[in-house]
Amino acid sequence: MINKNISELLSLFIMITLFLLVGFIQSWSMSITILNMCIISAIMSMGINIQWGYAGIFNVGIMGFTGLGGLATVLVSYSPVHEAWRVGGFGMIISLFLLILTVVIVFFLNRIYKNNKYKYLIISLAIIVGLVLINYFYRPSVLAIEDVNPAISGFLGGLGLPILFSWIVGGLFAAGVAFIIGKIALGLRSDYLAIATLGISEVIIAVLKHEDWLSRGVKNVIGLKRPVPYEIDLQASEWFISFISYLHSAKLSKISEVLERQKVLDQLVIEGSTIFVKISYLILFTIVLLFILYLANKAQFSPWGRMMRAIRDNEISANAMGKNVVKRHLQVFVIGSAVVGIAGAMMVTQNGLFTPSSYLPLRYTFLIWVMVIVGGSGNNLGSILGGFIVWFTWIEAAPVSLYLIEIFTSGLDENNSFKLHLVDSVPYFRFLIMGVVLLLVLRYRPKGVLPEKVRHS
Amino acid sequence: MTDFLNAIILLLNFIVVPAFSYGSQLALGALGVSFIYAILRFANYAHGDLMSFGAMFAILFTWLFQSYGINFGILPTALLALPFSIIICVFFCLITDRFVFRYYRIKKSSPVTLAMVSLGVMFIIQAIVRVVIGPADRKFFDGQKFIIKAKKFKEITGLNEGLALKSTQVITILVTVILVSLLFWFLQKTRTGKSMRAFSDNEDLALLSGINPDRVVFITWIVVGTLASVAGTLYGLDKSFKPFTYLNLVLPIFASAIVGGIGSPVGAVVGGYVIAFSEIMITYAYKKFFIYLLPSSLEPSGLVQLLSTDYKFAVSYSILVIVLLVRPSGIFKGRTL
Amino acid sequence: MNSFSGKNMTAGYGGADIIKKCNIEVTQGEIVVVIGPNGAGKSTAMKAMLGMLKLKSGSILYKNQEITKMLPQERVKLGIAFVPQTRNVFSGMTVEENLEMGAFLRNDNIYKTIKEIYDLFPVLYEKKNQNVGELSGGQRQQVAFGRALMTQPNILMLDEPTAGVSPIVMDDLFSRIIEVGKTGVGILMVEQNAKQALGIADRGYVLVNGENRIEGKGADLLNNPDVRKSFLGG
Repeated sequence: MINKNISELLSLFIMITLFLLVGFIQSWSMSITILNMCIISAIMSMGINIQWGYAGIFNVGIMGFTGLGGLATVLVSYSPVHEAWRVGGFGMIISLFLLILTVVIVFFLNRIYKNNKYKYLIISLAIIVGLVLINYFYRPSVLAIEDVNPAISGFLGGLGLPILFSWIVGGLFAAGVAFIIGKIALGLRSDYLAIATLGISEVIIAVLKHEDWLSRGVKNVIGLKRPVPYEIDLQASEWFISFISYLHSAKLSKISEVLERQKVLDQLVIEGSTIFVKISYLILFTIVLLFILYLANKAQFSPWGRMMRAIRDNEISANAMGKNVVKRHLQVFVIGSAVVGIAGAMMVTQNGLFTPSSYLPLRYTFLIWVMVIVGGSGNNLGSILGGFIVWFTWIEAAPVSLYLIEIFTSGLDENNSFKLHLVDSVPYFRFLIMGVVLLLVLRYRPKGVLPEKVRHS
Repeated sequence: MTDFLNAIILLLNFIVVPAFSYGSQLALGALGVSFIYAILRFANYAHGDLMSFGAMFAILFTWLFQSYGINFGILPTALLALPFSIIICVFFCLITDRFVFRYYRIKKSSPVTLAMVSLGVMFIIQAIVRVVIGPADRKFFDGQKFIIKAKKFKEITGLNEGLALKSTQVITILVTVILVSLLFWFLQKTRTGKSMRAFSDNEDLALLSGINPDRVVFITWIVVGTLASVAGTLYGLDKSFKPFTYLNLVLPIFASAIVGGIGSPVGAVVGGYVIAFSEIMITYAYKKFFIYLLPSSLEPSGLVQLLSTDYKFAVSYSILVIVLLVRPSGIFKGRTL
Repeated sequence: MNSFSGKNMTAGYGGADIIKKCNIEVTQGEIVVVIGPNGAGKSTAMKAMLGMLKLKSGSILYKNQEITKMLPQERVKLGIAFVPQTRNVFSGMTVEENLEMGAFLRNDNIYKTIKEIYDLFPVLYEKKNQNVGELSGGQRQQVAFGRALMTQPNILMLDEPTAGVSPIVMDDLFSRIIEVGKTGVGILMVEQNAKQALGIADRGYVLVNGENRIEGKGADLLNNPDVRKSFLGG
């Protein structure tokens, strides 16, 4: 027990040192930016840890849930585009209704013709008829909506609510979709489930990318509202300026020239405002992180968590003991996905823009898995640490490898083509580092940096 | 009658020929995935990138040959380069097995652990490919581009619609036929091939029968490396080489393997064509086709397209999910070579 | 005569020992049956003799040579064949391919042996190009015997060869086993159907709790009142 506490403290200490180093060497703004993304990554990896570490569900569809969270920010916070609703809203609602109707009909056909050998033919026909009908209403509405001021809107917009709501809604979106996926796919063998979730996440992203009426697609949604003040407003507000001058009073008082002092103060205010905004995010994110950590830990060591572990470690005997394995798996799949959805919404909120084309499985699925494995599956603190270490490495890999390349090739001429080639390839060394880190951890520390705590109670 | 012929040619040109060549590429990829699944018993997420690794060396050797002024006449130089890229790809597979996968095989780790290990390998291959050749889109096709040009076809037949036959399409299909036949001959007729089937069928009994597992694994990687290298190069020749697209290929490849019945070589090949045909058929706009066939009063107003081409990839995922739900063992019940 | 024996074998899977100082011997040309209640360690003893399970103490002798440390595959090379209870055929391969795989270690002409096996099990010849997965339980069992016999073994070990087959098929399988025995192969088998098995056995062992309880001629055991009471249903 003592040993484990030491490794937790040591990890914490090392991470703090690293952030301080980045602060001193690169910049404080950079350091906090990385820290914020580390927290978001940590929440994502906690979500996956809930699925994998608690219950052994291998979900490779993280990207999809992240994207749904992002969509939630748009749909919650963006002001509704009334013109678009007027021209196409009715058609879209009819299409949605028809879509639901088709699904219901297929569902019942599946029941009614359970043993009919033409079952699949009948169902396929129903789907085709449904699609044709939907298209009849859907295509013209889409065209109409996308025609409304395409340069800045061309979509239905959102509800115009405060963006913080979207964090909850993002979680709900992800949970809802996870429920449907789980109902369908959780009975599959773990390696099949993995491939199924990978596929579904690609479908989700494809929808976000190509349904312009919903998310503006590859045209992106920019200028999302913020839960924190804007830099411009801060720079203009009285209290902030006096706050900054108070912070730097010692430095400012040394400058005797009034104009000079004003110039320095202006500069400090500008720098201070960006850092202030980032710290505001940091505080919000930390609250969410601690809240989820608290709940996750509480759940893990509750009877529910013990039961999940029992199922994970021996599905057959848990089944025999009358535990409803499928139902438990569904619960845990939904909860974990919701956490990922929340993190996805937080990320888009921080960025202030939603770019569906930036969702790539490498970054949003496989990288998160590296975090979970490195941190230690089954341990929430481990997942957080994994999120921090891996995101930090992911960002700092480029400057560090550039630095190393400069050292190793210092004997070479400035225009040496090999050196230039290496310098050009700097962004890709992070892949190499991730791969090596993952393999080393799997090999020599298969339980992660902070292994699961086995409590016998 | 001409209208009917035109309609047929239209389908041939836009569906059948492209689907056959794309299907062949998927089939070769799916065969590789299936082999690993049948013998080493895990889902190899690195397979798409292994294909890009092989294709990359085909390109590098093509450039090398071109710099010496060597070419293959009307055929692409890449075909000359292919044997060399196969050797390197196989060698790479064997090294990865020795230093990475073997450890987990001896420990008898779970398939999920091995799948995660393959993620690590995937990251490393991506880094190697991007550092060596860069992330850019590259065309390395040379030689004669078309066997029949659409225009020429129209002139000869006098039809409205042309049938273009790219040489890469024909090469892809021919190479696939040759390679797949060789592979099936190997599995069905040779002692080593049969021993691999036996190993995938019943590992314990294979060991009791004196089949050497190390040798089976060794040959598996040779087969997998060859298939990956050929599939990657053919795909790159036909479309273009861009490292990123190969990661995206993993899904249709898995879809092919699973639809056919993972572990079954026949299934992998059939699955490849099923996926390719569905992707193309479901996203093709049939408007022109119906204009030829139907009287003008019934001419369709829309594109007559079930799903927009944006969802081309989504089609294969949907088929994959449906197959997993309806018949998880695939068309040809899997698990044995 | 060539004999294959386990002397004072003690072994188990991790925890408690399943077999304790157990002795079993089979000589070429005889049929030896091991019977006993469920969990007596019959199959474990057989696996230990093949080397699929490490001995904690004791030794395995073949032709008076110690082979305790040898791998199962190497024992197979020496002429000891084994038919597991379950998953004992390559179900995705044809009958003939199964036989070929049985002879994987041989480099001489195997087609003579294949013909001998077809003579012994004529039904296999009729189905030689069929997938084994499509055959009936009894036929599959014959394929399993055939595959094991392809190594031309001196000793053939059968783990519950008649488990889960109908009584008629069982009788048929036992008569096949006698025929195999007549070719000069020593047969060691573990059986649940004690009565029938002892009926064809030259010798038998009764294992209880991993220890030798009674041993003797097959006919003697059949008439032994203790054995009758405990295992043969009175």
